[in-house]
Amino acid sequence: MADIPENAPEHCPGTASEQAGKSASCQGCPNQNLCASGATKAPDPAIAEIGEKLSSVKHKILVLSGKGGVGKSTFSAHLAHALASDSTKEVALLDVDICGPSIPRIMGLEGEQVHQSGSGWSPVYVDDNLAVMSIGFLLSSPDDAVIWRGPKKNGMIKQFLKDVDWGELDYLIVDTPPGTSDEHLSIVQYLSSTPVDGAVIITTPQEVSLQDVRKEIRFCQKVKLPIIGVVENMSGFVCPKCKNTSQIFPPSSGGAEKMCRDLNLPLLGKVPLDPRIAQSCDEGKSFLNQVPDSPAAKVYQNVVQSIQDYCLNRATEVQSAT
Amino acid sequence: NKMIPHGEQAGKSASCQGCPNQNLCASGATKAPDPAIAEIGEKLSSVKHKILVLSGKGGVGKSTFSAHLAHALASDSTKEVALLDVDICGPSIPRIMGLEGEQVHQSGSGWSPVYVDDNLAVMSIGFLLSSPDDAVIWRGPKKNGMIKQFLKDVDWGELDYLIVDTPPGTSDEHLSIVQYLSSTPVDGAVIITTPQEVSLQDVRKEIRFCQKVKLPIIGVVENMSGFVCPKCKNTSQIFPPSSGGAEKMCRDLNLPLLGKVPLDPRIAQSCDEGKSFLNQVPDSPAAKVYQNVVQSIQDYCLNRATEVQSAT
Repeated sequence: MADIPENAPEHCPGTASEQAGKSASCQGCPNQNLCASGATKAPDPAIAEIGEKLSSVKHKILVLSGKGGVGKSTFSAHLAHALASDSTKEVALLDVDICGPSIPRIMGLEGEQVHQSGSGWSPVYVDDNLAVMSIGFLLSSPDDAVIWRGPKKNGMIKQFLKDVDWGELDYLIVDTPPGTSDEHLSIVQYLSSTPVDGAVIITTPQEVSLQDVRKEIRFCQKVKLPIIGVVENMSGFVCPKCKNTSQIFPPSSGGAEKMCRDLNLPLLGKVPLDPRIAQSCDEGKSFLNQVPDSPAAKVYQNVVQSIQDYCLNRATEVQSAT
Repeated sequence: NKMIPHGEQAGKSASCQGCPNQNLCASGATKAPDPAIAEIGEKLSSVKHKILVLSGKGGVGKSTFSAHLAHALASDSTKEVALLDVDICGPSIPRIMGLEGEQVHQSGSGWSPVYVDDNLAVMSIGFLLSSPDDAVIWRGPKKNGMIKQFLKDVDWGELDYLIVDTPPGTSDEHLSIVQYLSSTPVDGAVIITTPQEVSLQDVRKEIRFCQKVKLPIIGVVENMSGFVCPKCKNTSQIFPPSSGGAEKMCRDLNLPLLGKVPLDPRIAQSCDEGKSFLNQVPDSPAAKVYQNVVQSIQDYCLNRATEVQSAT
């Protein structure tokens, strides 16, 4: 995960690589002397600071997908709501989608602002025990576009981890944008000095989604991020009138079920399409509260239980080992 | 520091202290334009119309739309059409165009795109991977370099239409494609959305992006606009237009709404199979909306060409 400065030449080996400043591609790069001197290979001190800051966070869960629009933010928000329904637990949701931050809307926090104090930035609280941070809270208007290249986005993510006064947390959930790029590399890099329980991978049933999701799974394997399991959203639609089921996004290559079998990953649940999900998100309400007996809500609750069990098992294993 | 100085302040701002690039920036060398931009302008001078397909939101049907726009334009065998996929992390176009497993070849005149038909060419990073499951885990600068190569080194030949499919967002890929195309006219952007406010919120940002970089907007397409049960014909708004959908957004922002495409399971099925649903189910309501949208885009491009001709 070498850093490549914005002004680097085409085959920059990365400022942290052994070849930094010494490769043939380095000729003519303004950073060449600096890289060759070894100064850029020192690890970013922020990583240790973040490790220190987040030592009071018991469990960290990343929500990932290679594919956009499959329900990552929807899932992250409802996971946060579900975990926080236990009032003895402190839960926080961090939105690192810098260009398309949906979390403020989905959590009913549009228009809220972040405050700074001596101990850092304070997140926005949905409830006493549920805190949220997103770049959405830093914009003057929800329509303001954040048109930033990678390095600037990385800097923001670093600040979220370093400067937000999270306090003691049972769960920190991190919602991400689709892809395997700056945000994903940065979140893993900046969390490298603190244990991360794992990632929940979100998909929809069709092959076009699964293709991107398999890449995200490869990413997790490459950066040694454990995968808690996979959630398949938009898994069928039951007509409210005649109860006929339609596969609007057909699992033409076997859906998440086959992918999980092939890759030996747990399938945590298959969530059907339900118009009340999108409606709740638009209204900033939890559909787990709005329609707790819906088939979709029941699947969500099972998924949340699996995630909680996973985290508790991990904590027990870690304790036994030490 | 959150704010990275650009332009006049490069190398001279207080934030520049200690930055390894300080001397270079202050010298003005970083403000010189990239020579590749002029090269690309030259290379693409044989392309009559360039259309970008954008959305702030993921999963709304950009690639689906781009692919079918390409198919529709290429159905006129006298037209040369190309589709460029600049989604580096999640390249869906090879699959949707039925070209999975195809490889790109290099020749003296550059990289050759992959041909679906005689008059329909495609380029994507998907064709450069050993396996479709290979992850491309690149930061911004490397992605930008790839996009530059796609524009500079692919031997597109003479084209009537170049369609560019993009990933969601307003970041490296979007800034780069606009920057690298800055020496050549771009007809405009088609903005894709779905009806719910969570999508529209991101799409309004994309529209702001277009305005900031002075990219004309051809119009907006609303996908996933209702679902008609095949059994009882009841319509469900699976992604409800809780804040008025694309219709209201277009009214508010004075943009053309090109069409509202209903959900149809055969669309996703066709994409997975690499077939055009315009061929598979030409009489479906969704296909008819698509054809109208394509016609509007063609009219827009022809009108623009006429205006440019009158002006010169």
